[in-house]
Amino acid sequence: MEYILIIISAIIVNNVVLAQFLGVCPFLGVSNKVSTSLGMSAAVTFVMVLATIVTYLIQVYVLAPLGISFMQTITFILVIASLVQMVEIILKKISQPLYQALGIFLPLITTNCAVLGVAILVIKKDYNLLEGVVYSAATAIGFGLALVILAGIREQFDLLDIPKGMRGVPISLVTAGILALAFMGFTGIVK
Amino acid sequence: MNQLQNFTKGLLKENPILVLVLGTCPALATTSSALNGMGMGVATTFVLIGSNVVISFLARLIPDKVRIPAFIVVIASFVTVVDLVMQAYVPDLYKTLGIFIPLIVVNCIVLGRAEAFASKNTVWSSFIDGLGMGLGFTIALGILGAFREIAGSGAILGYKFIPGDGILVFILAPGAFIALGYMIALVNKIRKT
Repeated sequence: MEYILIIISAIIVNNVVLAQFLGVCPFLGVSNKVSTSLGMSAAVTFVMVLATIVTYLIQVYVLAPLGISFMQTITFILVIASLVQMVEIILKKISQPLYQALGIFLPLITTNCAVLGVAILVIKKDYNLLEGVVYSAATAIGFGLALVILAGIREQFDLLDIPKGMRGVPISLVTAGILALAFMGFTGIVK
Repeated sequence: MNQLQNFTKGLLKENPILVLVLGTCPALATTSSALNGMGMGVATTFVLIGSNVVISFLARLIPDKVRIPAFIVVIASFVTVVDLVMQAYVPDLYKTLGIFIPLIVVNCIVLGRAEAFASKNTVWSSFIDGLGMGLGFTIALGILGAFREIAGSGAILGYKFIPGDGILVFILAPGAFIALGYMIALVNKIRKT
């Protein structure tokens, strides 16, 4: 039951992009087409879960016992950056099709604040490892959901006559705002 | 390019939020009031100036292949300094900004300036560049925060001057997206005419 609550809360009630404002840059950047946004969500899910596991273990077995939790920011960002690099190299060696599907998104993920944000939030919320994994996977699915919905809407923009100043980023932001309004309707389902 | 141009380009012509659209996460998340927005702006400005200066010092010593990780370590050190200082001296603001203080590390503006400007220019012009970009960021966040505070609660800097509840949605998440969207549209309109 506890896990179901974490999942529902992370996917729709406290959606990572629309309610917590993490990962807005890629949300605006790669939401032009549904197909690219699906690839991006898959890559983010993969990296986010992996990064949460590794950073959690480092926090519990290295930083906390040594009493150097203030090194958290530096350690986590370095771990995530090298992890992304490693995943890219391994994918390139073992699975060419998977690399072509996810590869181009991987370098972008280092600067996706949702990955570092979730790693820090898992520590802040005092989750255990399993809860942390469930939370990060659900958050990533929530990110993918928001991204795919926005991409689906943005594909229709080509058919519309949008005022010049509103084209591109502004209209996407306003659309995201209306999406966020819709997601606010879920508030109160889970505390 | 003289130093004055170097300073003013961050304010409007290359404003990080309104023109380059970098660092939108903190811009949306921390602008529920003018004070919070400007607090976030000042913290980011400090990191930006510090990392710009140190990186322009070190740029020639760092091998090209490991430059991005090296830049990130420098930036993360300054973020840790800001994090600890704010925790000690402005605990209320620190609590409101929460997770977005450590997340300055992944703010695209900071790494962007390090890579595009500080690694190729002198220490002094990197300092000016950091200051200008930081101020542009702070001003944009301040304006967005002030607008959301006035529309959402009828107050500015905590001083209430419109009676009643205000349009609550502007303080909540959807208002952030919509307000920033229209602000960028306005800047687009002004720049192109």
